[in-house]
Amino acid sequence: MKFTLIGKHETDSRANRDAYVDAMQEMMAKDPKLCHIDCDLYGCINTGKLEKAFPKQTFNAGIAEQNAMGIAAGLTATGRTVFMHSFGCFSSRRAFDQAFMSCAYAQLPVHVLGSDPGVCAAYNGGTHMPFEDMALYMAIPDAVVIDPTDYAMLYDVTKKLAASGKFSFNRMIRKGVTKVYDDGADFEIGKGVTLKDGKDVTIIASGIMVDEALKAEETLAAEGISAKVVDMFTWKPIDEELIVASAKETGCIVTAENHQVKCGLGSAVAQVVAKNVPVPMEMIGIEDRFGQVGAQKFLQEEYGLTASHIVEAAKKAVSRK
Amino acid sequence: MQKEKLKELRVFAEEIRVETLKTIGSLGFGHVGGSMSIVETLAVLYGDVMKVDPKNPRWEDRDWCVMSKGHAGPAMYATLGLKGFYPVTDAYTLNQPHTNFPSHTDRTKTPGIDLTTGSLGQGMSSAVGAALGNKMDGRNSHTFVFVGDGEADEGQVWEGAQFAAHYKLNNLICFVDSNKRQLDGTVDTIMSHGKGLGAKFDAFGWNVIDVADGNDVEQIWNAVQQAYQSDAAPTCIILNTVKGKGCTFAEPSGAHSSQPTKEQWDEAIAAAEARLAEVKAQ
Repeated sequence: MKFTLIGKHETDSRANRDAYVDAMQEMMAKDPKLCHIDCDLYGCINTGKLEKAFPKQTFNAGIAEQNAMGIAAGLTATGRTVFMHSFGCFSSRRAFDQAFMSCAYAQLPVHVLGSDPGVCAAYNGGTHMPFEDMALYMAIPDAVVIDPTDYAMLYDVTKKLAASGKFSFNRMIRKGVTKVYDDGADFEIGKGVTLKDGKDVTIIASGIMVDEALKAEETLAAEGISAKVVDMFTWKPIDEELIVASAKETGCIVTAENHQVKCGLGSAVAQVVAKNVPVPMEMIGIEDRFGQVGAQKFLQEEYGLTASHIVEAAKKAVSRK
Repeated sequence: MQKEKLKELRVFAEEIRVETLKTIGSLGFGHVGGSMSIVETLAVLYGDVMKVDPKNPRWEDRDWCVMSKGHAGPAMYATLGLKGFYPVTDAYTLNQPHTNFPSHTDRTKTPGIDLTTGSLGQGMSSAVGAALGNKMDGRNSHTFVFVGDGEADEGQVWEGAQFAAHYKLNNLICFVDSNKRQLDGTVDTIMSHGKGLGAKFDAFGWNVIDVADGNDVEQIWNAVQQAYQSDAAPTCIILNTVKGKGCTFAEPSGAHSSQPTKEQWDEAIAAAEARLAEVKAQ
């Protein structure tokens, strides 16, 4: 693992989706067996670029996610590495049985991409807002389930997944996200990233919540609370070692996720904590609610996914020690 | 087709029937009806038209066979066993703890099973994906997929069908096992198929061949030869079959699954063996 934390809370000028497309372009040029299959969403994630450059490796299945997942399985059976994309709601909920049986159960390690995770679905609204995508995929035995943080991480993780030979689900924010890492970062799937060391509380976050956690750390520091911040981009397999060590070091944990807390990152961390080192935990995430339409900023306030919510949760966790 | 070949395939079909019954009979219950209706087609595929290597089940230039109606697994197991992928009696462990022969076909367990099926409709898509991959690789291979007429209720069958036609997968041949029955009754009463399955596939841009007697090896063989001539479209071969064909307890009932008595099993296997002897003697 090798990275440079930027942590200036500034939005990347690049569209996040291009991290995926760039990584795929580089890999496809070297590997004719690497494929992408999409569901009439080339325009949304800029994969038309891939089709143009690699027409024999890029396929449009039309608006038919279940079939696309099956095609991905069949292509994988012919010795290919296949990434399948749709919006997260469809590549999880809609095509889940196909992902489960045709791909994972059949030991055909397709890489499923779900764009617009959680509140990032914003103006597409509640119908398109996956708060349960990660939960579904975490329930699949031996699946790798990832919520990448920014451009540098999505780029690196795409390459790591392609080489992994493991069935995976990977979230993908389409638009500009806060730049947390400098380009060229090198991550290890299954290993959390410690961004700040601290002694009073550990904040374990992923995706858009990592930057919120970093902001919360600054606020807490000003109030004399020392917070450790961990980017837990891999929800499964989860980094048990880091969770246990963090719980021992700081004595309490706050999780923060752009997903429902039931069956999400909070649950995954709690399983490790409860079994190994029971310490007070607070969980930031969606509390058993459906999504709704609106700007992402509004939605983060509405569902309590902001730095100030993390700060309050951290204080509560510290007080429970 | 040459007379000798025809006889060989007829014999092979009856052998598959006997072994399928013995396989399901080893457990005492199972999906007899939909296994019996396709044994002649399996005999044509594995007895003549398919390129396979029992010693190298994942041979890259092989023809593929996907049993999308995955509950007909026992018929596949009998066929592959007789073909030499493993001793045919191995399949008598059907559904026993840790068996390699589960109810529904599983590519991770049984040599010769190309893709995993069971959740209906899914084998269609994955077979289409395999056909696409093999076409991209420039392989001279065909992918055969079996879809049940009841299974064709699943929307995914049609998503797969439109993809295969759009990508001009003429290396894909879909057998529709039109045995006219699904679990709860006849296909016409449970969920009818509008202008018919052949008309539907035709409307989806497929080449469609209707086989009047889908339990006749010669007619099936001829249909496959005709399908091989398709230069752009995938081919659907509608097999007009009889559910439970040739099984003394399953053919009269047309049942999806059966749990007959020991005596009924003995009678069914004896009758199938007698039929095998008869065909051999012809």
